[in-house]
Amino acid sequence: MKHLLSTQDLSKDEAVTVLDTAAQMAATQSREIKKLPTLRGRTVVNLFFEDSTRTRISFETAAKRLSADVINFSAKGSSVSKGESLKDTALTLHAMGADAVVVRHWASGAPHQLAYSGWLGGGDDHVAVLNAGDGTHQHPTQALLDAFTMRRHLVGRVGGAPDDGVGSDLAGVKVAIVGDVLHSRVARSNVHLLRTLGADVELVAPPTLLPVGVETWPCTTSYDLDETLARRQPDAVMMLRVQRERMSGGAGAFFPSPLEYTRRYGLDARRLAMLPSHSIVMHPGPMNRGLEISAEAADSPGSVIVEQVANGVAVRMAALYLLLAGTSAEGSVQ
Amino acid sequence: MTPTATTGAWVLRSVRPLGGEPADVVLADGVVRQVAAPGTASVPDGAAVVEGEGHVLLPGLVDLHTHLREPGREDAETVLSGTRAAAAGGFTAVHAMANTSPVADTAGVVEQVWRLGQEAGWVDVHPVGAVTVGLDGERLAELGAMADSKARVRVFSDDGRCVHDPILMRRALEYVKAFDGVVAQHAQEPRLTEGAQMNEGVVSAEIGLAGWPAVAEEAIIARDVLLAEHVGSRLHVCHLSTAGSVEIVRWAKARGIDVTAEVTPHHLVLTDELARGYDPVFKVNPPLRTAKDVEAVREGLADGTIDIVATDHAPHTREDKDCEWGAAAFGMTGLETALSVVQQTMVDTGRMTWADVARVMSTNPARIGRIDGAHGRPVEEGEPANLVLVDPTASRTVDGAAQVTASSNTPFQGTQLPGRVVATFLRGRATVLDGVPVDPTSEVVA
Ligand SMILES: [Zn+2]
Repeated sequence: MKHLLSTQDLSKDEAVTVLDTAAQMAATQSREIKKLPTLRGRTVVNLFFEDSTRTRISFETAAKRLSADVINFSAKGSSVSKGESLKDTALTLHAMGADAVVVRHWASGAPHQLAYSGWLGGGDDHVAVLNAGDGTHQHPTQALLDAFTMRRHLVGRVGGAPDDGVGSDLAGVKVAIVGDVLHSRVARSNVHLLRTLGADVELVAPPTLLPVGVETWPCTTSYDLDETLARRQPDAVMMLRVQRERMSGGAGAFFPSPLEYTRRYGLDARRLAMLPSHSIVMHPGPMNRGLEISAEAADSPGSVIVEQVANGVAVRMAALYLLLAGTSAEGSVQ
Repeated sequence: MTPTATTGAWVLRSVRPLGGEPADVVLADGVVRQVAAPGTASVPDGAAVVEGEGHVLLPGLVDLHTHLREPGREDAETVLSGTRAAAAGGFTAVHAMANTSPVADTAGVVEQVWRLGQEAGWVDVHPVGAVTVGLDGERLAELGAMADSKARVRVFSDDGRCVHDPILMRRALEYVKAFDGVVAQHAQEPRLTEGAQMNEGVVSAEIGLAGWPAVAEEAIIARDVLLAEHVGSRLHVCHLSTAGSVEIVRWAKARGIDVTAEVTPHHLVLTDELARGYDPVFKVNPPLRTAKDVEAVREGLADGTIDIVATDHAPHTREDKDCEWGAAAFGMTGLETALSVVQQTMVDTGRMTWADVARVMSTNPARIGRIDGAHGRPVEEGEPANLVLVDPTASRTVDGAAQVTASSNTPFQGTQLPGRVVATFLRGRATVLDGVPVDPTSEVVA
């Protein structure tokens, strides 16, 4: 891997390799000394054009556990006030000798531009770009940690494979992704990665929150959460965060009220009871408890939401490792 | 003999007027003096000769939709640089859009632009007047004052913004009838396109850029043709870009509504697939659409539903394009590639003749802009010598940095395009010779 920009760029073998490497990383994280020497002397820059403390800390932890030097660079700027330009920032980072740039940006495509504009150099001295979420486009490590979590719990045997499902894909796993698909980079990343890994995905949303063009995506869609839960009996239900701004804006609001959204698309105790007992409940966080997910669902035995956070560190360690140290996990990880 | 570019007579040998039979064409005193079989023309003493075997002679091109950026954004383009680029592209007249700073919404500003055009001397500059004060869509600008000014404005447009208020649009359509004006509408329903970044469809869904639905264009065009019918006015639809828009205009024309429509060169060839690389050079308003839309606008242009090709030449500084897609400016340059794109998409494909090219790039736009006394004329004796000579067999690789325009945001960077402008004549004076702009004050050895 040269960059990690989109889950669409990952073949099945590459995706499984990331997950397997993450499993090795996760194993090291139960040791007393969690730090590995693997990326000593390498510099990872966390370049955040959009606030996300959770994601930044996850990447920072991952890089530090691999002994990389970490620079946090938060560049304020929006489409309204451009602030420091992407180009100048990239030139600066290249001059500083960054080995990898983890970029979170409000603009879809900004990581792609960083990777291919030449602003970060090219050829042998290229800087690896890792997309930590761009606009409404992609958030590949989120999808990888979701897949990692699903594999751990759902592959091999119900309740979790003894070896975390290492070497396996997600063939036959049924996943429902529920909520604001239109604005969700998590949904876009997951649809492609889960399909690549052989899972069956159904998107569930009010029609206003499904993009025009979704019919070409490798998944099915539904407007009816109850029907999806009853008919498909999903192994995993992933609830997407609903931004408060989606219900404001008067005539342009995407649904009539929070209450109506919760009634039609919220995961509550009643809907939880419709799921098979082995099913897991997921959420990329941060949750709006009482809106898209009730406390009963969020804190239920099947909820893996907290574990997703921990797995995020292992998956990001794997991604950084594969981008910076090579294509296999031999040697230093063992 | 060394005639000056300003005063000399010319003989264009063995050129093909409108792509037809070869002829020698003599230019003198600013007019076409003679069109005669090769070798039979009476050549004035000292006339300069252009060997034009195989070259096509067309009336000078007329652009109904040019952004010259002056006043206000002289860092992107000036009247001087933009009109020089226009001459290089084979144009002899351009209509300068009103979205400058200050906006061209008063007689003072349109006269300023008109005067700058006169001083530059590369092409005739016809300012477009804003429909509403400050392009704000709230009240009519003084359209009559602009019409009566030295600039003699006949085309009014809030281009860049849509006159979306239906009652305001009705009033504008009615009002300009008093001076035979036309409202050129930028059809974009604003509420349906808030934050929109690219065509809404399969590609936008996948790459996560906010979608710009075709219906936002089509709904305005449908409304406007009905308004034009109701009040008996003339309507021009700027840069239509969707198959649905072509259908609506076709329907309106069949119904006898006085509507004309334009398409840009880029919408004749480029599609939204180009957004996948997130290069903002492909960010444009209206957005690049799908292959199906490209086919529909080609068909509409060939069958006359679409009357003209207009460049929507929109120069931007490097800073406004060297950034995130979401932060980048809309628009692409087009003056120097328009004719080649039309050749590639319409002539070389057998869908149009060179006479058709003259119609959609010169005669029709001149008529819509009411400058058809001077431009878009037949290549005949006594007509003004506003002409362009094209070598259709040439081919060139586009390089934005090497273009005449002050900006380099061409979407055709590095691509090979057919055809080359060999010479352009404005009232008998060569503004371009051998493909190179000729400074109006310089002496030329021909
Ligand atoms: Zn426009």
